[in-house]
Amino acid sequence: MDVIAFYIFAAIAVVASVLVVGQKNPMHSVMLLITSFGALAGLYVLLDAPFTAVTQIIIYAGAIMVLFLFVVMLLNVPREEPAPPAVSALLGPTGIRIGVILSLLLGAEIVWALSRIGLGWFPQDPAAASVSSVALIGASLFTRHAFAFEATSVLILVAMIGAVVLARREH
Amino acid sequence: MVDIYVVPILKIVVLLSAVLLAVTYLTLLERKVIAWVQVRLGPMRVGPQGVLQPIADAVKLLLKEDITPSRADKWVFTLAPIVSMVPALIAFAVIPFGATVSMFGHPVSLYIADVNVGLLYIVSVTSIGVYGIILAGYSSNSKFPLLAGLRASAQLISYEIAVTMMLVSLVVVAGTLSMVGIVNAQLSQGVWYVFLQPVAFVILFIGGLAETNRAPFDLPEAEQELTGGFHTEYSGMRFALFFLAEYANMIVVSAVATTLFLGGWLRPFPNVHVLSFLGFVPGWIWFLLKTFVFIYVFIWIRATLPRYRYDQLMRLGWKVLIPLGIANLVVTAILKVLL
Repeated sequence: MDVIAFYIFAAIAVVASVLVVGQKNPMHSVMLLITSFGALAGLYVLLDAPFTAVTQIIIYAGAIMVLFLFVVMLLNVPREEPAPPAVSALLGPTGIRIGVILSLLLGAEIVWALSRIGLGWFPQDPAAASVSSVALIGASLFTRHAFAFEATSVLILVAMIGAVVLARREH
Repeated sequence: MVDIYVVPILKIVVLLSAVLLAVTYLTLLERKVIAWVQVRLGPMRVGPQGVLQPIADAVKLLLKEDITPSRADKWVFTLAPIVSMVPALIAFAVIPFGATVSMFGHPVSLYIADVNVGLLYIVSVTSIGVYGIILAGYSSNSKFPLLAGLRASAQLISYEIAVTMMLVSLVVVAGTLSMVGIVNAQLSQGVWYVFLQPVAFVILFIGGLAETNRAPFDLPEAEQELTGGFHTEYSGMRFALFFLAEYANMIVVSAVATTLFLGGWLRPFPNVHVLSFLGFVPGWIWFLLKTFVFIYVFIWIRATLPRYRYDQLMRLGWKVLIPLGIANLVVTAILKVLL
């Protein structure tokens, strides 16, 4: 049952993510990205981490993507015209050339990383890997990871002040 | 086998049918209550006192021609009503209608699932519902729906922050995120949280009005300025789905407010033993009564209050409710540590 659900969610996540890149209409890309986030939340539930799943939906699907849609609708981005077909991927415009090189690098990196670690690297004890308790997450966030937590809050504060400064009207 | 698959599926079927029936009859209730407020009779022709009106409406909407505008984004146009309906229905999965009762000799719990992040689940599911309105506004390819979609997204983002702040202070008092756990905490502390967290209760109710797009916050559909707003281009059953979603959301907000602040299925004054005769009424009846009170207030407010202007709405959200929410949270946390 779990395995079937895993393959369904994984397939949705991968297919939706690939389609995000291929859309001409930015609205459709945003919607497919939301679908992909939903499938990821399903995977988190299967991993016995309901808290992560729910926060994934609230923060990404619920808040950030609404802002994305808002901006896309407000700017009324026109449909992208397809780029003229290049003779070869490496001879195309600079953007495509860099993209191809980056994706080749990424592919090589993934192959290298996967060949270095075996399955034994992953924790085998399910109890140790389970993070279903909100209280446990909170406790470790405010004790072991207190510095990272505080540093993140400062970062977010900086972003907030920056946004206010940028949006401020000059009198 | 029976406990894992059959019982939950039976519960889901019963709950969904009950919710859909309630939603259908809420339309009649709303029309009747507004009519009485305005000293009219409301629907009277179909059946005695108009009780069969919802069925006539449903038949009419199902038989109507279903139009998709030729310049609309067809897939998204079809998807939007579904996206607004589904979250409203799946939110019921974690709402506890009563304690465990004995049915045919088996203990049956009157909720589908008791998740340890139940409250967050509700927040996340309701935050998905806004996509229905945004996508409808965008895909209609028409000016009024687009304006409505923009209004809806700005409004819902603003009010979600205030509501979530309130939920955090409630969780500080209850010490759990599980819906069943919150009711049990009210039982063990012997008090409904509406008395411990009155500010949170009021703000949650205001936020609930805004999140369900009900008057006085129904700017996304403002009939007078936007000719119906996001559903201007919709017809037939797809149009009806938006309305069913709105009513289902009303029930969700009322049920959540009942669970969090009015003690869910507990009888009034759970700590006063003189009133223990009230315990003979089953818990789920108490739950439905309290939920009904909320729904009635929703309709009452719609019949009474004029609509907010858009800038007033945003100012209320950002400059009043959110600071109030943060202050409430800080005070609650300090009191929790001191007491």
